Amino acid sequence: MNEQQHLETLSDIKRIMERSSRFISLSGLSGVWAGICGLAGATVAYLWIHSYYLAWDTRGSYYDNDYAALRFKLIALAVVVLTVTLAGGAYFTWRKARRNNLPIWDATSRKVVVNLCLPLVTGGFFILGLMYNNHEPLIAPSCLVFYGLALVNASKYTLTDIRYLGITEIILGILNIFFLSRGLYFWALGFGVLHIIYGLVMWWKYERGMKIEG
Amino acid sequence: MNPIGNLNKLFDSRIRLGVMSVLMVNEEVSFNDLKQVLEVTDGNLASHLTTLEENGYLKVHKGFIGRKTNTTYSITKAGEKAFKGHLTALENMIRSIE
Repeated sequence: MNEQQHLETLSDIKRIMERSSRFISLSGLSGVWAGICGLAGATVAYLWIHSYYLAWDTRGSYYDNDYAALRFKLIALAVVVLTVTLAGGAYFTWRKARRNNLPIWDATSRKVVVNLCLPLVTGGFFILGLMYNNHEPLIAPSCLVFYGLALVNASKYTLTDIRYLGITEIILGILNIFFLSRGLYFWALGFGVLHIIYGLVMWWKYERGMKIEG
Repeated sequence: MNPIGNLNKLFDSRIRLGVMSVLMVNEEVSFNDLKQVLEVTDGNLASHLTTLEENGYLKVHKGFIGRKTNTTYSITKAGEKAFKGHLTALENMIRSIE
């Protein structure tokens, strides 16, 4: 064996170690897509909330049915945004995995999903509890903090950039706690702007040079 | 001293070296996951796993998921030492040429 072969062997070992322990197919475009969906959702929510308060101001009094309708519309919006985000995100990642000839559902992606879901589902029930108790202003910071923790937790099994995205989300969530009336802005910043920035950075780092074929 | 003497003969095989690489960074790996990562056939992988087991480099755990057998593999202390030794030998050889 010569030097070249030894170098190849070492890089083989490194590649196998990485591929078997980390899910590397996560696409930056999934992040950009999530950010666009987040911003669109936040804009619609802003308009709805705005017109609700406009109606209140003109009428000059609180109206129970109006509030219930707004609440229902916002929950429906959240479900739609989440579904569209996940579907698009999965599509871009599936496309990247296929291009690299890697399986999308293997031991590493399973680990990412499990470790992501643990804090995320916890957060989901926590937020349902907040809604049940009418603590709506706490929803946005809770989303940010639990999502951030979920990302940090899952980052051990995927691209390390996710760890920093997670930490930024946590910081935003903590700041939000002290500016509760600005929840929607923090939410749009965390789920919209940050996703787009990190998505673009990841795309630039890992996918820019990849051939577009098949 | 001849540096090639430090290279582990067992790791001449790319598949055996690959199995060890996977087991170094994952606590327990199933047969199917190994097959998927290394892109090899059942028979080929099985024979290499037997060789590594006979040399005490890996442990086999036979379990069940429902009725299906689920065999997982993990690295032994001896296996870890042998793998690290092999890596060091590779590095030294590259350095000695430079």
